[in-house]
Amino acid sequence: MSTVELKYHDQSTSSREVSDEEVPYPEGKLIVSRTDTSGKITHCNQSFVDMSGFEENELIGQPHYILRHPDMPAAAFKDLWDTLKAGNKWKGYVKNLRKDGKYYWVYAVVVPNIRNGKVVGYASVRRKPSRTKVNECIALYKTMLAEEQS
Amino acid sequence: MKFTMTVSPDFSPDYIAGWYIFNTWLQNQTNQAIHLELYNSFDKQREDIKADKIDLIYANPYDASMLIRDKGFVAIASPYRKTDEAVICVNSESEYSCVEDLKSGCTIATADDPEVSTIGMIMLEPADLSKENVTIEELKNYVMVAKSLIGNKADAGFFLKEAFDDMSKFIKSQIKPIVTSQISVIRHTFLIGPDFVNNSGISEEDFRQLINSMHESEKGASTLKSLGFEKWENQDHEEAEFMIDLMDTLVS
Ligand SMILES: Cc1cc2nc3c(=O)[nH]c(=O)nc-3n(C[C@H](O)[C@H](O)[C@H](O)COP(=O)(O)O)c2cc1C
Repeated sequence: MSTVELKYHDQSTSSREVSDEEVPYPEGKLIVSRTDTSGKITHCNQSFVDMSGFEENELIGQPHYILRHPDMPAAAFKDLWDTLKAGNKWKGYVKNLRKDGKYYWVYAVVVPNIRNGKVVGYASVRRKPSRTKVNECIALYKTMLAEEQS
Repeated sequence: MKFTMTVSPDFSPDYIAGWYIFNTWLQNQTNQAIHLELYNSFDKQREDIKADKIDLIYANPYDASMLIRDKGFVAIASPYRKTDEAVICVNSESEYSCVEDLKSGCTIATADDPEVSTIGMIMLEPADLSKENVTIEELKNYVMVAKSLIGNKADAGFFLKEAFDDMSKFIKSQIKPIVTSQISVIRHTFLIGPDFVNNSGISEEDFRQLINSMHESEKGASTLKSLGFEKWENQDHEEAEFMIDLMDTLVS
């Protein structure tokens, strides 16, 4: 376990525990959350709460980067936001950070919630990822992160 | 004016009579002539939906999207505490104990149910399986899916959880589930179309009230029982829209 200082796009920072212990994805479940247009969490399901290690009231109203893991390259989330802002569906593999410092991998699909022609928020539905794909992403994200930090 | 009601073709044959009883109840309550048209093909039913031949429908979440977003249908209710879940089973003697044990080139038995197939294929993704590297054996019903597993023809089979639960003890002793979905937000929904809303003389609100309080009368309660439902649970527009957003994340 080590403590890492995380910096987010809105210039805020937080120091978080990070450990190298993985928590397996819960079989058969979908992890669901919704955000407002700025990325603040407005709803989440029980699997989301359980996997994050936070209490529901610690999550609602918080920016979604509360789950951001330092091993994730910024470019992945830039791609996510660019895709959503263009009105499209984003899909990708994400390593998430739990409150206790452990991590879990998901395959996420994020869509804009469009009501009467307007984007009112976003929803993300995660499912159990393929290990092969996760291993590819571990290598890919490492390279991307190294480039971003150089 | 005569209206047409239909039911998603994935309903259990045990409830055919129940849907006729529900239709009679509905006609009595609304004083409208409603014809019940049952289909055994998803495609034929979709054709008729597209041709605006349907006014009321108990729809699967798959079709709810098209009905609500393209056809202007309104969500009224879903059966209380009933959500659509899928189970992947294998022969009980087989060595497969989890999805990851299934390998490229395996055979998957399915009944013609697009929703169960979608959820089933998602549960196969962790094993790097997709439509491209499995053989799909499409069968008429879930009993045939079970038989294909028992006869060692298919490696794994997709079941609607409800259909799996209702299988005989004898069949269940010969197959074993390796994963069950717990999605809990995706459900069948009763919807009414714009023609019914505009021309039946019953407001959407009154209709909603009628359906959602159905269990309170003796006749209503016994009708619900014949459908296998305890009662209806209100589905408002936003709940239905959100379910469609979720479905959208599950279809590629
Ligand atoms: C609906 C939705 C769900 C999201 N889910 C996650 C998530 O599970 N984990 C994560 O790190 N970021 C998630 N994000 C992206 C975050 O908003 C954010 O861009 C990311 O954590 C990077 O944070 P930063 O850009 O502030 O550094 C999600 C965004 C949206 C719109």
